Amino acid sequence: MIAEIGLAVLWMAAALALLQLFAGISALRPGGKVLAGVVRPLAVMQGALVAVSFLALIDLFLETDLSVKLVAANSHSMKPFIFKLAGTWGNHEGSMLLWVTIMAVSGGIVALVEKRLREDTLIATLAGQAFVSLGFYAFLLLSSNPFERLPEPAPDGMGLNPLLQDIGLAFHPPTLYVGYVGLSVAFSFAIGALVTRDVGPAFARAMRPWVLGAWIFLTIGITAGSYWAYYTLGWGGWWFWDPVENASLMPWLAATALLHSVSVLASRNALRAWTVMLGVIAFSMSMVGTFLVRSGILTSVHAFAVDPERGSFILALLAIYIGGALALFGIRASTVTEGERFSPVSREASLVFNNVMLCGILGIVLLGTLYPLLTEAFGAKVSVGPPYFNPVSAIFAIPMMMVMTVGPLLRWRKDNPGRITATVAVPALLAALALLAVVVFAPGIRLLPMLGIAVGIALAVASWFPLRGRNLRRTPINVWGMVISHFGIAVALLGAASESAFSTERLAAMNVGDVQSVGPIELKLLSIEPVAGPNWTALEATVSASYKGGEPVTLHPQARTFSSPPGERTESALHTRWNGQLYAVLGNEGEDGRWQMRFWWKPFVPLLWLGGLLVAFGGLLALLGRVAKDIKRLRVFDKLAYRKSRLEQLK
Amino acid sequence: MSEPAPKRPGLAIWLPLILFGAFFALVIWGLVRPADREVASAFIGKPLPSFALEAAVEDRPGLATADFKAGKPKLLNVFASWCVPCAIESPQLAALAKQGVEIDGVAIRDRREDVARFLATNGNPFARIGKDDLSQVQLAIGSSGVPETFVIDGKGVIRYQHIGEIREEDMSLILEKLKEAES
Repeated sequence: MIAEIGLAVLWMAAALALLQLFAGISALRPGGKVLAGVVRPLAVMQGALVAVSFLALIDLFLETDLSVKLVAANSHSMKPFIFKLAGTWGNHEGSMLLWVTIMAVSGGIVALVEKRLREDTLIATLAGQAFVSLGFYAFLLLSSNPFERLPEPAPDGMGLNPLLQDIGLAFHPPTLYVGYVGLSVAFSFAIGALVTRDVGPAFARAMRPWVLGAWIFLTIGITAGSYWAYYTLGWGGWWFWDPVENASLMPWLAATALLHSVSVLASRNALRAWTVMLGVIAFSMSMVGTFLVRSGILTSVHAFAVDPERGSFILALLAIYIGGALALFGIRASTVTEGERFSPVSREASLVFNNVMLCGILGIVLLGTLYPLLTEAFGAKVSVGPPYFNPVSAIFAIPMMMVMTVGPLLRWRKDNPGRITATVAVPALLAALALLAVVVFAPGIRLLPMLGIAVGIALAVASWFPLRGRNLRRTPINVWGMVISHFGIAVALLGAASESAFSTERLAAMNVGDVQSVGPIELKLLSIEPVAGPNWTALEATVSASYKGGEPVTLHPQARTFSSPPGERTESALHTRWNGQLYAVLGNEGEDGRWQMRFWWKPFVPLLWLGGLLVAFGGLLALLGRVAKDIKRLRVFDKLAYRKSRLEQLK
Repeated sequence: MSEPAPKRPGLAIWLPLILFGAFFALVIWGLVRPADREVASAFIGKPLPSFALEAAVEDRPGLATADFKAGKPKLLNVFASWCVPCAIESPQLAALAKQGVEIDGVAIRDRREDVARFLATNGNPFARIGKDDLSQVQLAIGSSGVPETFVIDGKGVIRYQHIGEIREEDMSLILEKLKEAES
């Protein structure tokens, strides 16, 4: 019954989305005002219905209803609760339903709370949102129905891909999805504003919380994904420039650029057409990302998500939405009047520089990701890897971070460079000292990590300068957000540079009882024993590790074998200290009966993910600050309106 | 400084759409391209160019043209530790090595410690591994990407070129080409 309810409700929601689109379009035509009132309620109802449908699917997975095809194919009665839950979206159909759910619920929230925007722009936005979600409804209902029943219930489920049975990964895709879909709201706002030619500060303020929210989720998603790759793939690396990783990075880069340009538009009414363009690009990158992951058009470690037919469907949606939006942009952008002007030394100018650099990185990542396909079109197959991505993206990233140290200190519109010279001298000096120290004490270090350390230290200090001379308790919470996010970037950069410059590695064939060392750590293999989990068995090594002769800790790296479905995965063991991380992997048994063990000592590597989380936390503060301000403003408006009505009554 | 977006309607405003069109055309081609991954190389039937590469790891010798003239067909695998498809083909290479096929490797634009790590993770099917830092040998044998695998006969002549990772379904073809190279 639950499955039938879920499906019925989903169809109803799709019908409402269609109504929402038509009501929106006719409300925008002359004489269509009567329909203007129904668009908001339609959006709210649509959101509520889809949420019910998604809850129905969660229920089916939690109960392991094996008469439903999707559950039988992706779940198993023996699976732990949390993975049953994650199974809901750990497959194509469920993840698409999640996508539609987030999209419709966000649309509903926009309809409920957005009061600042001109009503016709809002209606155009909601119609745009309905138009985009209709494509995904069609995708779900016509080609990937999550509620399809089996003719006969299956005896038991097929299970979930072992790589996906990991707590980090259970929540990594939905986090990215929230980010992707949040950008769809920004996209709809951009379309709405283009349609009604209403690109201005009110539009930017309405769009900003959605961009911020999406960006926070993308930041967390990328940070978590990087950590997941770090400890489950057992390669000891944290970023591989794999097409799927790039697919999540590109929307983040675009969203970061959008976040900054939308601030300029909101407070200075400049960068109008550019902001609209970025709104379109950010969501395009989300869809391009989804397409690259699903279509299997590029070889990737994420090959489990591949289905070429579905790829074509997403590509068709991509062509309609993005092609359409870019065409609309071409037609309308010329009517978007130029915004306020500003001088080359100003907050705006530094933000423009940031935007250009971010778009530069976005461009080279997109080019690098598609390059194998491009050359294949001319008859050659190549693989593009870190030798291209690292240095080329650094060309843009390093100057950008240098400007980041200065930008927030500049005034809007026009500033005198002399005013901040003394302030900027401090981080510049620190960077020079760091560079010198690195050259003297670690001469073998390569150029990129060296620059990373210097710029990272300068930025870590300079990011706090915007708080100087302010009363800390009265500093707006969104300023704190910016400071912490920028500091987080510095922290992550330092972690990455330290990992790349100072990691040490030990490969060893060990018997039980053997002793090895890596960096400052001494390791002893104590035992190798079989262990069993709910749906896997494993060989587990017990290793004791002692830092500089101190109290030993025990690590348990495993080589796991999964039973349903069959598969293997290494479970690396980590030991985190304040100044670095020990990473241990159990490999195969050699012919001589010794065990292949791998150890890394990675100084300060946890800073990398700590930095990512700080960036997201700063984003959260900024979002809270903005929302609090908006609520305050609304209250003031309400009060004014109340007084006005009282006055009129008195008259 | 004014806005980065153009002031007057011009061609630039359509640039994003044009770029998107190019992207679209490219991926459409990518989706419908023939599944046949075999590309006849201009180098097939030609002897290997002369080269001598340093060893890429401590426990395997380097690689030179002379190593291919021992009378027995071999595989020459072009790989890199930073290349994801190379990791994907490693079970197939391991299976070939187990069947007694001698595989020599050329590591492209790589560092010693990275190669060692890659081999520790994915297994080491190679008898010899040469280090090709500037892709010189790679280009000289007509390979433009990683991974690629060449069948070299006992006289050092290139007999077959496989582009991209060796998948399960490519195994029989590779073995067949090795057998052909014996004659």
